[in-house]
Amino acid sequence: MSSSPTAAEKGGRSEYGVALLLLGLGAWAIVDALGVTDTASRGPVNARTVPIAVGLLLILMAVLLTVDLVRGGRGEAEGGEDVDLSHGSDWRTIGLLVGSFAANALLIDSLGWPISGAILFFGTTYALGARHYVRMALISIVLSVGSWYLFFLGLGIKLPVGLLKGIL
Amino acid sequence: MDGINALIDGFGTALTPINLLYAVIGVVLGTAIGVLPGIGPAMTIALLLPLTFTLEPTQAFIMFAGIYYGGMYGGSTTSILLNTPGESASVITAIEGNLMAKKGRGAAALATAAIGSFIAGTIGTLALALVAPQIVKLAIQLGSPDYFAIMMLAFIAVTTVLGSSKIRGLASLGIGLLIGTVGIDPTSGQQRLTLGIPQLADGIDVVVVAVGLFAVGEALWIAAHLRRNPAEIIHVDGARMNREDWRRSWKPWLRGTLIGFPFGAIPAGGAEIPTFLSYAMEKKLTKHPEEFGHGAIEGVAGPEATNNASAAGGLVPLLTLGIPTTATAAVMLGAFQSYGIQPGPRLLDEQADLVWGLIASLFIGNVILLALNLPLATIWARLLNIPRPYLYAGILFFASIGAYAANTSTFDLWLLLIIGGLGFFMRRFGLPVVPAIIAIILGPVAEEQLRRALQISDGELSGLVNTPFSKVVYVIVVLLLVVPVVIDRVQSRRRGGDQGDQGDGIQDAPSLGHQHANQEGQ
Repeated sequence: MSSSPTAAEKGGRSEYGVALLLLGLGAWAIVDALGVTDTASRGPVNARTVPIAVGLLLILMAVLLTVDLVRGGRGEAEGGEDVDLSHGSDWRTIGLLVGSFAANALLIDSLGWPISGAILFFGTTYALGARHYVRMALISIVLSVGSWYLFFLGLGIKLPVGLLKGIL
Repeated sequence: MDGINALIDGFGTALTPINLLYAVIGVVLGTAIGVLPGIGPAMTIALLLPLTFTLEPTQAFIMFAGIYYGGMYGGSTTSILLNTPGESASVITAIEGNLMAKKGRGAAALATAAIGSFIAGTIGTLALALVAPQIVKLAIQLGSPDYFAIMMLAFIAVTTVLGSSKIRGLASLGIGLLIGTVGIDPTSGQQRLTLGIPQLADGIDVVVVAVGLFAVGEALWIAAHLRRNPAEIIHVDGARMNREDWRRSWKPWLRGTLIGFPFGAIPAGGAEIPTFLSYAMEKKLTKHPEEFGHGAIEGVAGPEATNNASAAGGLVPLLTLGIPTTATAAVMLGAFQSYGIQPGPRLLDEQADLVWGLIASLFIGNVILLALNLPLATIWARLLNIPRPYLYAGILFFASIGAYAANTSTFDLWLLLIIGGLGFFMRRFGLPVVPAIIAIILGPVAEEQLRRALQISDGELSGLVNTPFSKVVYVIVVLLLVVPVVIDRVQSRRRGGDQGDQGDGIQDAPSLGHQHANQEGQ
């Protein structure tokens, strides 16, 4: 196993959350499907069939996964070139990343991509541990303004300009 | 030889200056991104999907073809020079390749990988050109029940063959099918699983799904576990091999090609199993068994050729049946769909220019790759030094642009974050990502075939199994589900019934390592 014992132990209980998620998704699929009225289709298969089948599959897997977990089964966390599984998930980094991402989603329409994209890049590099603030700021601005022009001139897609309207 | 004539026409398409330019761009991008750790070809194509909004389909696919092969080359460089496991298909190459590099034979390892990939890619592409028209002749006679059966086979094969846990594979398949169902049902016009949100009525954009699962999910996952001391990179100058290396490499190249192509064409988890088989075979056939485990060149040449041949093989079902066998192929299918093109037996007729241009540019791409990789190996290797914060920040940055540009709506950015979160948790808890992406892309097509088949049979369920072809396929599906369980039972009885801590107990070839269950595949 690639994960350390501490990570595996911690993962043990949270894996029941996966079963719960599957159960919830399965129930949602079935409840939603029951609300669909399909008068156009004939025969045993209509718009409800596939969602109900998928819902049943998900619920069945939730049950089997629970059995597997009780018997001691564990999901293997994914490895990779830059992945070190000997320490647990770094939630501070994740929080900062999600924060930067959300900032971009909230600000893109008002401030425009050249600014919100720069905030996104600066924030994510900071979250990932870079501390050369001048270099980070320069790269952020070059990337966000550059990608705005690339999309506008190269692909004809107009990303929001926001505050910089008239300047770019 | 209709394939050959069509191929010559394809070269006519591919060799126009503008298309050649796109091939070069694709190859350079593919190699560069393939070398970068943490980014595979599936993520690369996902991040570049926004180009399909404005680019001509032929040019887009010529570029994707370059990325497809370029990503393989780049991946092998990474696994030889970086002392950590990387992409699934390169795991085997990494074993002996990395040992060779440590012994100071890195140049030979890079050269045998590059030349082997070239030979396997060229033979594999030729085989694709010859086989595809024949498959189409058969496929054109298949009806909806047959297609539905093949899709069931693809779903079951990709979940049972890949990874170490069937339950988690099937759970991932279910999640994918669920995501694929969101939106208005095209047959009845009813909204399904949309929660009343108007933006979900058209379904979730393939760009958002692919970028979310591969780019955002992967970047978040790696960010949470970033190595604090970057992995050691082995220095190497150039890529070349001596006469002895050639003598020991050419047979493994050809054998690898032979194993890789057919395995790539069936939905059995991409290049993992054939590269492992090739490694085992070379180990058995070598005249230098003592070198295996200490850096044997055959152990690099064989698996690397297998890897590229299986990439070529994977294009056969994609182009002739519309069935993706790997994550990369699934994302490419998504790209076809975003052009309103549904790959299948009629594709070769209706879009002959596109398909044969694509195949021809695979040949051209291979030549460009060899020319780029042999002399420039050292320069590519420098990409491994890129500071990780900028690399993963860049992935999130381009993922955000792509998802936003799909519909210029912030709703898609929030959706991207949710799907990225899903990708993170799947990686965390060992749910393989490949079944999910294949189910998302293929699920709606399978449903359509199912309902068409039942309309033809007037609602009789026997209409699904009333052709000989579909019967055979379902038998294979049942065998895939039953045989591994039986084998496992028998084995555990022989061991004296000491099952327990393996959970649902399906074990892979042990020396494959445990990374591959969740890798995005090629």
